Amino acid sequence: MEKVKTLDDLKKLKEQLKSTIELREKSNNPESHVQVKVAMATCGIASGAREIMSFFMDELRKRNIDAIVSQTGCMGYCYAEPTIELTIPGHEPVVYGNVTKAKADEIIEKHIKNGILVDGIIPVTYQNINKK
Amino acid sequence: MEEIALHILDIVQNSIVACANLISIEVEEDYANDRLIIIIVDNGKGIEKHLLDKVADPFYTKRTTRKVGLGLSLLKQSAEMAGGSFSIESEINKGTTVKAIYQHSHIDRQPLGDIPQTISILVASNPDINFTYKHKINNNSYYFDTRQIKEVLEEVPITSPEVRVFIHQMLKQNIDMLNRQFKEI
Repeated sequence: MEKVKTLDDLKKLKEQLKSTIELREKSNNPESHVQVKVAMATCGIASGAREIMSFFMDELRKRNIDAIVSQTGCMGYCYAEPTIELTIPGHEPVVYGNVTKAKADEIIEKHIKNGILVDGIIPVTYQNINKK
Repeated sequence: MEEIALHILDIVQNSIVACANLISIEVEEDYANDRLIIIIVDNGKGIEKHLLDKVADPFYTKRTTRKVGLGLSLLKQSAEMAGGSFSIESEINKGTTVKAIYQHSHIDRQPLGDIPQTISILVASNPDINFTYKHKINNNSYYFDTRQIKEVLEEVPITSPEVRVFIHQMLKQNIDMLNRQFKEI
């Protein structure tokens, strides 16, 4: 049977992480990082935003990309959930709609790694109902 | 929503918006009385009395990006269709308590779902908020508290990807163990 993890195991993990964290901290200011914000309101969650957020967190780590994955509220694009807002340092934020795991993979490989925009961007000219 | 764990993730967003810095989530599986109880307690800014009756109304919301608010309404519906009930209590500047009770064995009760994923995501994306999670199955329980985690981690941020994976595994293993203990009895 698999051993159940305890706080002692966390202590060991902490010791391992300390050195790598120090390296990471040196370049620490949010503007210099790729930022992925996943919309996590009722509409997003019901459409699978939780799995997409886990996917980004896991895959960016596996692919050694230093990025900040965080959650945000509903951006008003309920029809296109799950949505993410991607900010590459030095560029305007871009919102992607209908993000599946396959789409997320494409976004990581093309947009985040190589700066190539991928299909599925929600244009900024879109107005929500209250702005009309 | 397909899982109760997704409802929890959703309701906690309300607590985050209400500026809570301590959010307690409790899941109690009481087989003796055939009940599944979900309790979410926060210390956020609370909800005014005259609005409490409205929060489970899908056409009431405080947000301006859209005109419906479904989070609490969906939770209420989910509990009520499984022979249960929903309640919310709140005090201004003290916090809010949301409680949903399900009939555990009810055919329409949604599965509890992926609790470890819900909790680990909440913890990793809200480093300034403390979370506690208690899972109780009959008389056995498991308690998780990010304050203990942060104490162990010291300068290592709780948002580290490795820490999230660890927390996910720890929660999963402990909840699995509770379920095994229950089956062995």
